[in-house]
Amino acid sequence: MINPVEWPLVGSLKAVATLFTRMCAGRETGFNLGAPSCIPIKSTMDNPTTTQYANLMHNFILKARSTVREIDPQNDLTFLRIRSKKNEIMVAPDKDYFLIVIQNPTE
Amino acid sequence: EANDYKKKKKRRRRLERGDGHPEIYPLVLTTKTQEIFNCRVEEDVTEEQPYKLIRKEDIFADFATRAAVSDFYPVKSIVQEYPGDELLLVYDRDFKYGLNFYLIGTEEGKENYLNPPELPEEQEEYKDHIPEETYIYKPPISKPWISLGSEKEIEEESVKDSTKQITYMISRKRSEFGAPIKFSDQNASSVKDAYIECTAYPDKNFTLKQLERDVGMQVVPQIKETSTQTRWTRPKNATTQYYPREFLEEEKEALGQSKTLTEFLNSVSTSVEIALQQNEIMNTFIHDWKCLAEEEGTFGDKTDTHLKEYQSFTDLHSLTEKMVTCVSWHPVIYGLIAVSVAVRLSFEERVHFSGKLLLQPSLILFWSFSDPIHPQLMLESPDDIFCFQFCPTDPNIIAGGCINGQVVMWDITAHADRIENIKAGGSRSKKVTLKPMFLLEPENNKEAMYIRHCAVSSIESGHRKVITDIHWLPDTFEINRLGNVFENRSGISCQLVTCSADCTICFWDIRPLKASTPQPQAEKKKEESIEIPFDIPSTFLHLDLSWKPLSKIRLSKGETTLDHCPTKLSLSEDNLLFKAQEKILAQSKAVKAGEMNPYQNLENALSNILKPIDDFCTKFFVGTEEGEVIYTDWKMERDPETGRFMAKKPVSLYTVHDGAVHTVQRSPFYKDIILTVGGWNVAIWKEGIMTGPLLQSCCAPKRYTSGHWSLTRPGVFYIGREDGYIDIWDLLEKTHEPAQSQNICITMITYIKPWTFSAVFSPHILKLLAKQQFIAIADYYGTLHILEIPWTLSHPSTNEVSSISHYFEREVKHLDYVEQRRKIREQEKREMELELEKKKVKTFQKSKEQLEAELKMDYESYLELEKNILSNLGLNKEKEAMSYMELI
Repeated sequence: MINPVEWPLVGSLKAVATLFTRMCAGRETGFNLGAPSCIPIKSTMDNPTTTQYANLMHNFILKARSTVREIDPQNDLTFLRIRSKKNEIMVAPDKDYFLIVIQNPTE
Repeated sequence: EANDYKKKKKRRRRLERGDGHPEIYPLVLTTKTQEIFNCRVEEDVTEEQPYKLIRKEDIFADFATRAAVSDFYPVKSIVQEYPGDELLLVYDRDFKYGLNFYLIGTEEGKENYLNPPELPEEQEEYKDHIPEETYIYKPPISKPWISLGSEKEIEEESVKDSTKQITYMISRKRSEFGAPIKFSDQNASSVKDAYIECTAYPDKNFTLKQLERDVGMQVVPQIKETSTQTRWTRPKNATTQYYPREFLEEEKEALGQSKTLTEFLNSVSTSVEIALQQNEIMNTFIHDWKCLAEEEGTFGDKTDTHLKEYQSFTDLHSLTEKMVTCVSWHPVIYGLIAVSVAVRLSFEERVHFSGKLLLQPSLILFWSFSDPIHPQLMLESPDDIFCFQFCPTDPNIIAGGCINGQVVMWDITAHADRIENIKAGGSRSKKVTLKPMFLLEPENNKEAMYIRHCAVSSIESGHRKVITDIHWLPDTFEINRLGNVFENRSGISCQLVTCSADCTICFWDIRPLKASTPQPQAEKKKEESIEIPFDIPSTFLHLDLSWKPLSKIRLSKGETTLDHCPTKLSLSEDNLLFKAQEKILAQSKAVKAGEMNPYQNLENALSNILKPIDDFCTKFFVGTEEGEVIYTDWKMERDPETGRFMAKKPVSLYTVHDGAVHTVQRSPFYKDIILTVGGWNVAIWKEGIMTGPLLQSCCAPKRYTSGHWSLTRPGVFYIGREDGYIDIWDLLEKTHEPAQSQNICITMITYIKPWTFSAVFSPHILKLLAKQQFIAIADYYGTLHILEIPWTLSHPSTNEVSSISHYFEREVKHLDYVEQRRKIREQEKREMELELEKKKVKTFQKSKEQLEAELKMDYESYLELEKNILSNLGLNKEKEAMSYMELI
């Protein structure tokens, strides 16, 4: 059903952009790629929104991760999804980076 | 005894002296006082002579000198009352009376003290000596008792037996006297009437009802006190301004190329894609139970599905019988509805009565909910109006189509205040009094104003016959002479389209033509022009009587001279209700802000250089008198033969109705769904589908005379019949027949118009709207009925829009399917025919052979028969001959 993406080792921001566009086939709203210092690297949304999302989600990710690890130190956070009335925010965290996707859910 | 009596008296008196002190007044005299009065203890007053006579004046002198300090102060009043001059002061050595001195307060006491010594008095008590006077004992003599009235009291108070007392004597037998007595227990209630009781009962006379009760209360506020310690620093204003940290472009590139990022993306993208696809497939957070329910918060009975009569308006002052031709709600003002009336005569009768008809004004009446008797405004026109419409960008401009082919314009800006200030709301006027005509006095506010029209179109160059439909073009585009579409920069609706029974469709522009006529002609025209009354606004003065259409399209039927006779039009983008209302809001705001009303300044509008709009849909639907629905284009094309511009041929034409099509209307919810009503049936079309109508109803028992989509429910439309019934169709319920039928009036329904929902209304009116929705139904006898739409018909169920659109899509597919099936059927039919022919040929051949075989068999059987008969007859010769023949 889903084809894993194979990336060339030498990547670039352009490749990232193509990934975003490919994922944007549905009703997705925006993508946001952030560094550990919660500074966005690449985004499909405008700059203020991007920085806002990145800053807000950073604390949330830290909190979620610490929660999961506190309950079970062997555990770690793999994916975070926040469902709101209007859209869904999905965060894929990692050691160094995190990827935020905002999607409009189906009706 | 008398002596004793006296002595006892005296003794009693003496005893009283100290204790009850009538005469003896004990005193304390200090040494100072004693020196003053020469009564020093043991010097002046001794045991032998313990008394001293003191003069009253000396005491008073002492009072004067020493005032309250004087020892005689306690007995000051006694001294003042003392009758004599000298008072006796006695030294009380033994403190008999408590203090060292005492004063005798009376002369008699003084005398008693001084003269008869005390000791001899006491001795007298013990001696029974000679009494001072002889007391002769007289025994009492009985006298007759003198009554002073007390025997009455005694008699009242005395107790006497009122009745004689009854005595019972109960005795036992003598033998039983003294016998031991045995006592036993017995329940009193076991024997009847063994006891008489006086039961307690609550006597109402003696119950006290406490009416007042004194209770004390105190309200105490809840107080909670807490304290905290804060560090108090000097308050100061502080602001911070910050901007987020961002990477520079190079850094971003560097990061983008880093290996870690690509690894991260590799690992993460899979899960993200899964999540995204999950959401695409299904919404897991849907609350199915909640989505199942219908909307709550109904106002009124949900089961009530009938239209309720709210109000009805009739013009009672008209002389001839009129019918209603067109109805329009005022787009902005609540409760105001405009009705155009026409005389109910056929063409011949009109000609016959033309003289009389000229005298009566043809009117458009404005009715308000608050006054069912008097119309608020009356717009006058040269002849009966058959259709009219409020301008979508300015509700004070009204354009109407006349029976004689003229287009009439009104401008009621001057009276806008009057109609705006009509008391809006559901409260009907309670003072509904119908006055006879001759008593009608012009009341200041109630008088309906006759407003003359502002402009009429030119008679020669306009339509020749009755104008059947008129529409304002929306303010989003403009048309030029050739039908090309341009952008509309002026922001107002400035063009009209009309269709008429003379088989033409005309486009009109309300702006003045560019000054192409030379000046002297204009002057000439001014001289000839009729004096226009001063109270007519000059908005359309340039158009009056000289207004020519921008372009004319003739709906011809091809080579024949007969043309299509259009009855109704429907242009695309006709029913964008919300957009139009917003424009009105902006317009009215602009006007109020003091800017110039663009309609007053139409020349400016011409100066704009317009941009053509490409790929604008210039096609529109037309319904004709013959019952056809034509889909045609207004853009002119160049005819290859003659080189002139000509109207294009219609794209599609369908005859689905058996009578004139009187309603061609786009759905307010879907841009490409059109409802056509005519004759005895209804059809729903989709723009772009050329194979036929999506839905075509079967013939109804009665003719359909008017129709309209519901403005709030996408699947509902109202059809009026010629017998005064209204059929309400609900596509979600039934598609083969109306869902409901309701009787409104006794005669043919000529027009149905539900109330447009407008965002322009103020919030409290919008709240009213949410509860009440109206539909106006006009009939042939000139009455306008306003009915209230029940909840079920006015509020769409959830997802109704999508359900109906799905239904239409299914219908489109069904049409496709039908088309395909038709093709298949045709194919099959052809094949079948071919086969049939083949079969016919084959059977012909077969039968020829069969015939021969049959004949041969018959011949043989005949021969056999012959042989048998002959042998039976005994014609052996034949046999021999046969055998001979056989031998041979």
